[in-house]
Parts: sequence; C-alpha cells; structure tokens
Amino acid sequence: MTYRRRASPLHAARASVACVWCGALALAAIVSWHPLVLAAVLLAALVAAPAAGVGREVGRFTLLVGVPIAVLFTVINPLISREGLTVVARVGGVWPIPELDVTAEAIAYGAVTGLRALAIIACCALYFSAVDPDRVLRLFRRFGFRSALTATLATRLVGTLAADARRLADGQRCRPGPPASRLTIVRAVTAGALDRAGDVAAALEVRGYGAAAAPARARSAWSRHDVAFALSAAAIAALAIGAQAGGLAGFDAYPRVELHGGAGAGAIAAALAIAALAPFLDRRGIAR
Amino acid sequence: MTLLRLEHVSYRYPGAERPSLRDVDLEIGDGEFVVLCGLSAWGKSTLLRAACGLVPHFHGGRFEGRLVVGGLDTREHGPSDVAAVAGTLFQDPETQTVMGSVRAEIAFGLENRGWSAAAVARGVEEAALALGIAPLLDRPTGELSGGELQRVALAAALAGRPRLVLLDEPTSQLDPVAGDELVWLLRRLNEEWGTAIVLAEHRLERCLPAADRVVALVDGAVACDAPPPAFLAWAMANEPSLATPAARMFSLAGLSPLPPGVKAARTALRARGIEPAPPAAPPAARPRRRRAKDSALSFERVWFERRGGRAVLRGIDLALAPGERVALMGRNGAGKSTLLRHANGLLEPTRGRVRAAGRVGLLLQHPGDVLVADRVDGELDVETLRRFGLDHLADRHPRDLSGGERQRLALAIVTSGEDRPAAVCLDEPTRGMDRLHKAHLAETLRGYADDGIAVLVATHDPEFAVQFADRVVLMGEGEVIADGDPHDVLAGGWYFATETARVCGALTPEEGAALIGERARR
Repeated sequence: MTYRRRASPLHAARASVACVWCGALALAAIVSWHPLVLAAVLLAALVAAPAAGVGREVGRFTLLVGVPIAVLFTVINPLISREGLTVVARVGGVWPIPELDVTAEAIAYGAVTGLRALAIIACCALYFSAVDPDRVLRLFRRFGFRSALTATLATRLVGTLAADARRLADGQRCRPGPPASRLTIVRAVTAGALDRAGDVAAALEVRGYGAAAAPARARSAWSRHDVAFALSAAAIAALAIGAQAGGLAGFDAYPRVELHGGAGAGAIAAALAIAALAPFLDRRGIAR
Repeated sequence: MTLLRLEHVSYRYPGAERPSLRDVDLEIGDGEFVVLCGLSAWGKSTLLRAACGLVPHFHGGRFEGRLVVGGLDTREHGPSDVAAVAGTLFQDPETQTVMGSVRAEIAFGLENRGWSAAAVARGVEEAALALGIAPLLDRPTGELSGGELQRVALAAALAGRPRLVLLDEPTSQLDPVAGDELVWLLRRLNEEWGTAIVLAEHRLERCLPAADRVVALVDGAVACDAPPPAFLAWAMANEPSLATPAARMFSLAGLSPLPPGVKAARTALRARGIEPAPPAAPPAARPRRRRAKDSALSFERVWFERRGGRAVLRGIDLALAPGERVALMGRNGAGKSTLLRHANGLLEPTRGRVRAAGRVGLLLQHPGDVLVADRVDGELDVETLRRFGLDHLADRHPRDLSGGERQRLALAIVTSGEDRPAAVCLDEPTRGMDRLHKAHLAETLRGYADDGIAVLVATHDPEFAVQFADRVVLMGEGEVIADGDPHDVLAGGWYFATETARVCGALTPEEGAALIGERARR
C-alpha cells in the first residue's frame, strides 16, 4: 500500500492536518469501547476511503489484514477468558486440552476488541494511502530529521526487499538442479539489502544529507480543506473523549454484557460519523 | 576558470591489491563537456567518486595527491559540502531515489542546504521545467520508468544549480531512446546554461558528438586527454575497443580525421565526393513463420494477457533452429523479457504454447539473482568452473567479482547441469558492459551455437546484435514486427540501426569501409 496523490479533500489538506484527522479517528477507536461508536469509526474510515479515491487500497488492506485479526480476537478470547456468567458451550476435557467454559460475555468482549482492531487498522490504512509521507517527513525535519528519514527509508526498503526476493526466486528457478534452501535465499536477500543500503547511503551523501541544515520555517495560508479537516478532527476527538469521560457510550463485558448510554450512544456514533465525513462534501479545489 | 583539478591523485580501495587511480593529473574548466572513457574497472567510477568527495570520505582507503572541486579541497570537505558545487548521478536510478514523490525528491537536496521554502519551490519548478518533467512532479517515484527516474535523479542533482555535473554511466540502465534523450538533455544543459559536464560512458558513439574533450583512463591512469577526433586516433592506435564503429570504419577505409559522430562522418564523406547513402527505408523484413518441427525452441501463437491488464504478448510465432543465434530487439515494454520468461516456464502463456527440444537456460537481467552461495565454488563444482574458465575465481565471493565475471558465472550456472540445454536465452546481457566484454560474450554465445544450442538474446544494442546474431527479431507492442537477416532489419531506421548503417547503410565497420572504397572508386 503506497501513497498516491489523488484529487480529494483529504489529499488537498496539509499533511499536519491530515495526520491529525486520521489520528483523531484512530483515537476515537482507542478510547471508546461502545460497539456503536467503534462501528461509526470503521464506517467513517471505510466511507472516507472512496471519498478520498483510495477505497480499493483501504478496503483491500482492511479485508486482508484487519478482518483476520478481528476474527482471531473473536475466536481466541472465549478460549482464554475465564470470565462471564452465561456459558454457551463447554469444550475440551480431552488431554491435553483442559475443560473450559465458553461464555457469551467472552465472545462479546472478543468481538468488540476485534471491531476496535478493525477500526484502527482501517484508520491506519487510510493514513498510509492518503497522507503524503514526504510531507510528514518534512514535519519531523525540525525535530529529528535523520531519525525520521531513516525510518522512512527502512520502511521503503521492505518493499524493495520483497521485490528483490521475488527476483531472486525467479533467478533460482532458472538454475538447473534442486532449488536453494530458504535460508540461502534469505541470506542472499540480506546481502543484497546491504548492497542497496550502501548505494542509497552514497546517494544521500552526494545530495548533501550529511550537511543537512535546519530548514527555514515555511508558512502558508490555510485552505478550506485544512480548516474543515482540523475542525472535523477536533469534533471527533471531543465527541470520543467526552462520551468516554461522561459515561455516555460505555461498554462492560463482564460479568454480564452491558451497554451504557442507550440512545445517547447512538447519537454520539452518528455525530462522530457525520463530523468525520462532512469535510469530504466540499470538493472545490481538490485537484493539483 | 578551473572547476575540477586533480593533482597527482592516487587511490586504493580498502583491502584492494591494486590502486584504482594512479597519479592522475586533470583539469576541467567551466562549461566544458568532458567524456570519461575506459574499459570496466579502469577507474572511471572511482575518479567520479573522488570528484564528488565519496572517495575517500565514504569508501575509506588510501588517498594521495590533491583534488579540488569548485575551490573545495576534498581532503577537508566531504561529499555533503561538495554537493553544493557538483551534482552527481550514478548508474542505477533506483538506488538514487530516496523520497516518495518526484517533487520531494528534487527538493531534498535543496532542503538539506537550508534553502527557504520559496527558494526550494522555485528550484524544483525550474529543474522540472528544464528537464521536461513538470508533469511528473506529483507522481510517486515508485511508478516511474527507468528513463523517467533517471531524469528525476538528474533534476535532483541539478536543482541546486551546480556548476559541475558528474555522471557515471547514466544511460547504462536505459533503452536507446531514453539514453539518447538523456545525452541530448546534457548537451542542452551544457550549451544553454554553461554547466560543466563530466560523463563516464561506454557507448561513446552516443556522446562524442557533444564532447569538447575525451579523457581515456587505462588501468587507473590518464592515457589520453584530447578532443574527440584526436582521441579516436589514439584509440585506434592503442585501444581499438574504445573506438566508435564509425571511427573504425573510417580507419579501415584509410580516411582521417576520424569522425566523432554520424553527422561528422557524413560531412567528411561528402567532402571527399563520396555521397553517403540516404537513410535506409524502415525494415522490410516481414515476420516469417517457421516450422516448429525440429526446432530447438518454438513459440506457437503465444499470448500473455495480464488479469485486468493489457495483453503483453499477442500471438507470437517464433521458432529457433538448433544452433541459431537470434537477437530480440524492441523498445522497453515491447514484450521481450516476457517472451524470454515463457521460454523456460517462468511464465505460462494464457493462450498458445511453448515447445523446447530440451532444457532452456535463461539468464535474467541481473546475473546476481542466480548467485546465492558465499564462494564461487559453492555455486558450481571445480570441474565445471574449469570447463568455463572460472576455476581461478573458486575461492572468491560471487559479489566481489566484476560485472563480466559475475555474468560468466551466472551463464555457466544456468547452462550447466546433467542435460545439455536445447536453447539459451539472455535478457539484456550487455547493460553497462564495455565493448571488449561484449566481444567476449558474443564469442561465448557463438560457442554455444556451434555446439548446436539455439541462442536467443534480448538486447537494445544493435552493434552487439550484429556482432553475434544471424537473425534479428524486432518486437513492438507484444508482436513480432520484423524478423530476418540483420542486414534486412538493422540497416534502416533511427534507433534500431548501427552507427555505420546510419552513416552509409553498411551494418559493420568492415562492410562500411568496403562500401566507401567502392564508392570512392566510382
């Protein structure tokens, strides 16, 4: 999954604001336990993705990475949790698996945890697809540029290594006789990565990286999209934190499943989704 | 004014047995276009790396003498300081890209120098406009072609308006069209903005017409420093593998001075009353269908259609007889590599079929991908190494071998084995290779053919195709658009033609010299 500039309000917003907006959405999923609020965050991320022109990328990543993790949480928690009062099944009892009670509360807790993970993963996917990493890197330039650049290059090297591994695998298929062991391939990929790292380091040097000076602070006027997404991020954070602090959208799994807040939780979830998606309605000035 | 001055510079890489530079004295002035030439491992890259400060600051080793770039002594100033004076471009565009978007890539060097945001924005715009890459500014660097990426890397090197640009074989990874465009851009930079250029290059016929001087390195020392015609005369006398095909043709015909390019050659011929042939018509050789029966390798109506994408191969019909030597040519994206990958089953056709009379040895573009062991004798047993003349390298690490040695080893690996291959396919084997090594490779391939093995080589290099092939297949958009004798296919056109063909219609220097002699006698 890589960033690509698209004509969308989120892409048109400055990197700092887009970062904060994605962060606010993820924060809402982190602080909240109410399934309706979590569903609202997930929905907001999944609707925002096509509105930002990255629906396919975000949907694919959420499906391939998020859904298996969510399912894993839902399945694992009832098997390891000893809490909850409503036993729905009794499994095990045959060596080496001890007898254990599967409770409805443990299943609910696992499912809500899975939903939360899914929402956070969708927010991360949206961030990686729609926020320009080079502009984010520039944000960190004043604080720890070399660390940020190293992190960026290391992240990028993952893709390069994967491509190298595919090429090496093809190369091995061209050899007669039995194929080389996985260990041999991994060693060759690692050695290749060191070569590549050396080349990139040389390229950085001749581009003046070693003398990297503190950049002058750049000031630019806030666009309509900067303002809209900043307000949206503030609203999302306020709603999520306020609801949690005020007990308006709470969730307890043990000893019995309890949802707090009643209709208020639904209203907060709806408000959160509306606040998150509202900036996408204004599509003026989004193309570059 | 002198921009680059080397005084008695000698340099030895850490752990190296021999110095890579030996007592080099050289001066390059403002606005000069200097071509640096020499065989592989003769010190071109090392000289450029010394000029940009990477030697010795990045590579270590033992450095003697004095090197001053734009007033900066590299003993006291590292590559980051030198970057303000000299822009540098290496061979492989992929390893020079550090940022995600073209705009950020060009801005990177300027930001490192602490330029204001407005100055960075202006520098990016101007560099992009100068190199014609403004439409690419918001594209991710990961999506660019090799030619586009190399232009972006050049823009990044030029954005700070350096007075000197150092380029280490920047066209070696590019197809002829992109390579010619890059040299044209350098020429424009040199002529319009007075930027001094130092260009290391193997394919001299591409860049000599633009050069003011040629510096030839032999074993790390400057052996010749002269204008192109004088350099060519020196090359013919001392190192013929450095001479261009047109120069060799003139030399064989007994004409002098030797021409640095096609235009000069045609002008010189006209001045002697020899009318050069008009540009030949485009290839008339029609694709021919050959009988697949008894062939060593055949592609029968092979289609390769990507899921949700385009058809890369469109009904390819091609058969190679045992011992036949075929050059596969065409621009990037024409389907050459995809076709070769079908030859040994790396890819399966979506329609049609591929038949082979036995095993097919395939050497992909990067020979290093075949090599995985820590020692050469871990890749092949000593007996096989001896058979391929590689036994003296048995205890070396494959990554420490030169490009040519690595390729010979990889070729030995894919063609060795219990059963002799029916066909051998090579994908772009001459990238970054000097003329001498190309000649050795052509010899090796002829040896395979003499043993009855069909040889199919994808290449962008018409001179190499003429050197080894007895048949040339030209591909375009996944189809065979010409197939025939090299004289039929490579004597016409602009890109798919040898230099001598562009001068007088003859494919090789020898044929050209004979033709010139014949026309002179008329």
